[in-house]
Amino acid sequence: MRNTTPTQDFVRGIWKENPVLIQMLGLCPALAVTNTVKNALAMSAATFFVLTCSSVLISSVKSLIPKEVRISSYILVIATFVTLADMMLQAYAPVQHKELGAFIALIVVNCMILGRQEAFSSRNTVYRSLLDAIGVGIGFTIALVMMGGFREILGVGTFFDIPLFGSNFEPWVVMVLPAGGFLTLGFIILAMGYVEQRKQARKAGEEATA
Amino acid sequence: MNERPDNEGLEVTVVDPAAPGDAPEAPAEVRVSTFRLVATLAVAGALAGLLIVLVNLHTKPIIDEYRAEQLRLAVYEVLPGVANYRTLYRVDDVLVSEVPAGAKESDFRQAYVGYDEDGELVGAAVSRGESGFADVVLVIFGFEPDTGILLGKKVLESKETPGLGDKIFKDLDFVQQFFDRPQTPLKAVKEGTGKGLPGEIDAITGATISSKVVVSIINNGVADWRPLLQQADLEQPMQDDTRPEEAP
Repeated sequence: MRNTTPTQDFVRGIWKENPVLIQMLGLCPALAVTNTVKNALAMSAATFFVLTCSSVLISSVKSLIPKEVRISSYILVIATFVTLADMMLQAYAPVQHKELGAFIALIVVNCMILGRQEAFSSRNTVYRSLLDAIGVGIGFTIALVMMGGFREILGVGTFFDIPLFGSNFEPWVVMVLPAGGFLTLGFIILAMGYVEQRKQARKAGEEATA
Repeated sequence: MNERPDNEGLEVTVVDPAAPGDAPEAPAEVRVSTFRLVATLAVAGALAGLLIVLVNLHTKPIIDEYRAEQLRLAVYEVLPGVANYRTLYRVDDVLVSEVPAGAKESDFRQAYVGYDEDGELVGAAVSRGESGFADVVLVIFGFEPDTGILLGKKVLESKETPGLGDKIFKDLDFVQQFFDRPQTPLKAVKEGTGKGLPGEIDAITGATISSKVVVSIINNGVADWRPLLQQADLEQPMQDDTRPEEAP
């Protein structure tokens, strides 16, 4: 009955259906906190934790939740894990917590997480939901770190706080400001679209000749 | 690229009929009692609350300790040369050395009075927040109550624009001006236009508002605290805290 294998469940979210770059979900954190690689990683880790825990929990109790209150239940579960992540980050990574500020709490309304619960965890086994969550979480991390990398290199001249250029480097400040987030995301999506278009054109060409 | 995320669920047979997301064309209305709905959410809410309380019990002490440590280091930073300090609490515009019984944290504000190794008064550090360019900027600063000379400042909390406004704590030239013992009240001037008067602070180009906020916080804070601290008898060092060995 199922039209996907567990491997597909896992791999899908990483690139082909990357939550940020393809599905355009969870853009708020992707734009707001990717001004440095470190922040991007901390945000990804928190989101990964919330997504995985929520998916596992919701898929294991899915038959107990009446469908009338499922959205409220999902939000409750997600909000709980976000609060836990918030408190743990504050205790063990206070510097990062200070940088991310309100955006940790805003993971609650990251539609990527709720979307996975509604579209996948609520109707699949725990095992598959776990694979799916890990895949999507990795995809989210890749997208955020990619953006954080571009923005930090261009906007500050460092990567992971390591200076890359000499003292003559003039930081391109706009890249670490909100506008830089939109620019970076736009260019990444543009590049991906271009590659995809070329691929399809080549495929179409091959089919035509065959 | 053009693929839309496939709605997996719609093609998957749903194992449990009560599970959410039944295809819309199957209105197999299994009426769930209101009680069941309320009970589900109540139980889920109770469990969630329990979990949060448990984790909070564990993390709260770590968080408080970190905050206290940050504040402690900040006091030594803004009062250069201080070997130990004591905390004074300001309740209803009276300075007392101990928290009055039953006072809530919002009822009092603290001043940290620092002494050097010989027990001589160096100055007092207080913190104050005012609205900056983005959200409240919280600054702790130290000054001499008798002369009004500023000894140092440190930004404790700020959401100022990265790359511009955050220079109020990242631009070392700007920060250094507050450690050069300027006379309060300070005055923010455009760089290079100062007349060499005491208390002039060169504002950061491109972050004038943020620079002025820091200056305003210090001026208002000194005006607010100085009379009280001048009246108070600060000469007996009853140290609450000693500068940590490893502190810079």
